[in-house]
Amino acid sequence: MLTREDIIKEENLVYKRTSLLTPKALSYCPGCGHGTVHRLIMEVVEEMGIQAETIGIAPVGCSVLAYEFLEVDMQQAAHGRAPAVATGVKRVMPEKYVFTYQGDGDLAAIGTAETIHACNRGENISIFFVNNGIYGMTGGQMAPTTLPGMKASTCPYGRDVKMMGNPLKITELVAQLPGVRYVTRQAVHTPSAVRKAKKAIRIAFENQKLDKGLSFVEFVSNCNSGWKMTPVQSNVWMEENMFPFYPLGDIKLPVE
Amino acid sequence: MKELKLMKGNEAIAEAAIRAGADAYFGYPITPQSEILEYLMAEKPWEQTGMVVLQAESEVAAINMVYAAAACGKRTLTSSSSPGISLKMEGISYIAGSELPCVIVNVVRGGPGLGTIQPSQSDYFQATKGGGHGDYRMLVLAPASVQEMCDFVPLGFELAFKYRNPVMILTDGVIGQMMEKVELFEPQARLTQEEIIKNTPWATTGRTPDRERNIITSLYLDPYVQEKHVCDLRDKYIRMEAEDVRFEEIATEDAEYILVAFGSSARICQKSIDMARAKGIKVGLLRPITLFPFPSERISELADQVKGFLVVEMNLGQMVEDVRLAVNGKNKVEYFGRFGGVIPNPDEVLTALIQKIIGG
Repeated sequence: MLTREDIIKEENLVYKRTSLLTPKALSYCPGCGHGTVHRLIMEVVEEMGIQAETIGIAPVGCSVLAYEFLEVDMQQAAHGRAPAVATGVKRVMPEKYVFTYQGDGDLAAIGTAETIHACNRGENISIFFVNNGIYGMTGGQMAPTTLPGMKASTCPYGRDVKMMGNPLKITELVAQLPGVRYVTRQAVHTPSAVRKAKKAIRIAFENQKLDKGLSFVEFVSNCNSGWKMTPVQSNVWMEENMFPFYPLGDIKLPVE
Repeated sequence: MKELKLMKGNEAIAEAAIRAGADAYFGYPITPQSEILEYLMAEKPWEQTGMVVLQAESEVAAINMVYAAAACGKRTLTSSSSPGISLKMEGISYIAGSELPCVIVNVVRGGPGLGTIQPSQSDYFQATKGGGHGDYRMLVLAPASVQEMCDFVPLGFELAFKYRNPVMILTDGVIGQMMEKVELFEPQARLTQEEIIKNTPWATTGRTPDRERNIITSLYLDPYVQEKHVCDLRDKYIRMEAEDVRFEEIATEDAEYILVAFGSSARICQKSIDMARAKGIKVGLLRPITLFPFPSERISELADQVKGFLVVEMNLGQMVEDVRLAVNGKNKVEYFGRFGGVIPNPDEVLTALIQKIIGG
């Protein structure tokens, strides 16, 4: 019979923790997509060998503590201000790779001005945007990306667009701006989605070598706790409801 | 050789920033301080020293760019005027909480609200008592001449880095807009990246194999950790009070009455002193140069020697509260001021002194 010791051997290793994730246990709910996006970003930083050249900006929201998990120098930004903070870093250290990690409330509500103007200036940074249609950290309130009819703690009868306004497709919006080089919408709910998402992250970092405009990667993700579903249910709900409204795929590709 | 130039106060700030080896300025236009950004854009320091100059989309964005560049160990400044400073207060609180060094210039205009573009000192409370949310203080410098506008920029950077704390230069439209002769200091080179890594080992300069990761944050979820953090901030403010109180005294040696005024009000009071002394009234001036830390000790000493204080301010009476705290009931303290953009004249000050202190 195989023992634990027989199995845990170097030659049996097919998958391991990325060295650029800290040993700290993630603070995210089991089933949440944040951890996967964290890991993919750090895998790319590791593969590109740019740990010493990378500065990350953490937002306010569920990923407010992102700096506890990512093994790079990081700054925590005020709610919504991450693109302005990233601008400040990149302008004084243009040789560094600078990324923001933001949720939908942070990026598409309180930080709309900072997002649009950093994009419009063509700041040579990468914005990673996790859209789960809800304010997770504060307990499931309506977000700028909450779908019409979708329930949240501040729209308990569902989002009434007449009263509460429409969900904002900010990703399509920033794609219109000449300062933006690359815009794509990805997900991390299946192995094939994870592989595509990682490629998008790699392109977003590689673009910083070219200094030809900002890269914007949205990850449509689940919030099983905020949506009050099991992780599996939430992924099914996301495919059936979020993806038709926020379709996956490239939205803007570089024109050489 | 001395380099003398006739300059506006706002231009002196901008020129001093370039000469002080500043790495970055982030701003947004607002009257009466737009000359600072205009001067920098015209001078193009990025071609000479490599200094970054950027017009942000808002004061909010500008102060967050300052936060970021300061977190990289860079000498960074911004400037605005009252309504814009209110917008910056969120970022200033984060800068204070994250212990980042930077210089913030407030060329004050009358308020509240959109107010007026005329000069005022009505942001004294906001500048000296914190201004944004949370328990914190800025070190506040109050220039009274175009020369001091110039000199307080390198002084501001020195103090900001000494304490890892935001420094505010609190001035107004009088000093910002008026022209005076300035003796410019020798330009200092910007620090190299190697010097920054050595001088500010806490900065986010990139996580190299020889050190742990550097994190810039003001978030401490554990209340006991947050309490310890606020205690550490308090210790820093106490150290400022011990080491960096600055003030100027004019004709206080034989004075029976003391005018207390800062910035442009202090300039007006100098004339009032001459007029009083011509009438045989012995009046002196105490001018706080640092509004925080406040020269409370010196005011308390003077309270044992004189017959009364008149605090002259271009506001409804803000610094007078700090003077009363310093005097602590030992002597008479009265206030005289004009506000809403109106500048007091030296006659009014003298009349107030006679009516409220000497005759009262």
